[in-house]
Amino acid sequence: MADLKRTGLYDLHVELGAKMVPFAGYEMPVQYPLGVMKEHLHCRAQAGLFDVSHMGQVILRAKSGDLNDAVLALEALVPVALVELKENHQRYAFFTNDQGGILDDLMVAKREDHLCLVVNAACKDEDIAHLRANLSDTCDIDVIEDRALLALQGPAAEKVMARFVPLTQGMRFMEVSTFESPFGELWISRSGYTGEDGFEISVPNKTVVDFAHSLMSEEEVEFIGLGARDSLRLEAGLCLYGHDIDTTTSPIEADLLWAIQKARRPGGARQGGFPGEDRIFGDLAEGIARKRIGLRPEGRAPMREGTVLYASVDADTPIGTVTSGGFGPTVEGPVAMGYVSIAHANTGNTIYGEVRGKRLPATVTAMPFRPSTYKR
Amino acid sequence: MKFTEEHEWLRIEDDVVVVGITEHASTQLGDVVFVELPEAGSTVSKDDEICVIESVKAASDILAPLDGEIVEVNEALEDNPSLVNDDPLGEAWFFKMKVEDLSSMDDMMDEAAYKDFIG
Repeated sequence: MADLKRTGLYDLHVELGAKMVPFAGYEMPVQYPLGVMKEHLHCRAQAGLFDVSHMGQVILRAKSGDLNDAVLALEALVPVALVELKENHQRYAFFTNDQGGILDDLMVAKREDHLCLVVNAACKDEDIAHLRANLSDTCDIDVIEDRALLALQGPAAEKVMARFVPLTQGMRFMEVSTFESPFGELWISRSGYTGEDGFEISVPNKTVVDFAHSLMSEEEVEFIGLGARDSLRLEAGLCLYGHDIDTTTSPIEADLLWAIQKARRPGGARQGGFPGEDRIFGDLAEGIARKRIGLRPEGRAPMREGTVLYASVDADTPIGTVTSGGFGPTVEGPVAMGYVSIAHANTGNTIYGEVRGKRLPATVTAMPFRPSTYKR
Repeated sequence: MKFTEEHEWLRIEDDVVVVGITEHASTQLGDVVFVELPEAGSTVSKDDEICVIESVKAASDILAPLDGEIVEVNEALEDNPSLVNDDPLGEAWFFKMKVEDLSSMDDMMDEAAYKDFIG
């Protein structure tokens, strides 16, 4: 696998018997010997450890030294309210383009004197170029290369993490904090992308192997690969960039209005002022033609990405497409998300996905498919 | 027991051929979550795609290993697809077929040859 990058845990993944695959320019573990299904169920029952070091970590500091200048600068690229974000908290955000599509989704944490961004691996080069092109006048943009990122997710994540950093027990969903530890300075957020309570932990490269060994030695913890990461986030109703959202989907079509706080909406304290404002506010005012929905196929056959959706068994014209789909081990059946024309987007509607030439029924279903267990 | 390059096993039982997939195939597929079986009574030709197996990762087909008639299918797999992972060579047989000319199996791999084939 020439030209692929490796995370600091590559050797450990191989030692553990992981199947390594190319993902976003990295060689990443898609599954360990436990297998996708058991890894998924283990994460929901105990605690799963994920290597997400391929994701980008970026620090923004205002050249003026005033955090608020960095906040306002970044607000010009995302339709999200960061002024109101409390210190030591993070928020889900997305970079929009001039057409109102989504360039990437990310997490933005507000810390004492800077913002810390976590962006998708597949988009990080473009994201960094985008930040440099737009914010270099006002901000120093520091791409963190000397840190790895782990996620510890699941009902046992809290007690496992507390054995290493007791104070993490008091953190709430989307809180962030910095802790000194035997593994160096840890930047911890109470968050993740599985629908579970848990943490994301930024750890120095030089201690990540020791830290991962220590975590996996805890009896509740198993390493989880990208395969189960995908089924976990799908059951949680969370978007995968490049599949469920991309440069052609507006946040309104993607049903992400919840992430655009009132301050940035029409009539808000800092309304608009982000790329694609016209399209996004137009979608809000005039309505949208299509919408991202959840789907529960009847029976057991999964409806995978690309499955074409129809209003009936014999309709000629498609009404949409599945953008993510597979089997949900926790809901014990197939789950999918996709876009359908707005007339068919109501929860409870039966629509049909064409699988191997057969139209199979599926019910439009509110997401998450399985209630999330964040510690709010 | 005989084996095909498509990773099926075939076993003669009371003059019908019982067909399943090998342990190697079930491991490669990963956790099986859905199985679609042919209709009992249908006539099939060699290499027809007659079953679908979906794992957590992807969908794949099972081809008819021989010309013949499907006489029985293992409906237990539809309700419990994970049998394919748990007992691929035993309980997780897929279908039984009546074959005119059983000598067509003679050219297939035996266990030693299949082991060489999968390396």
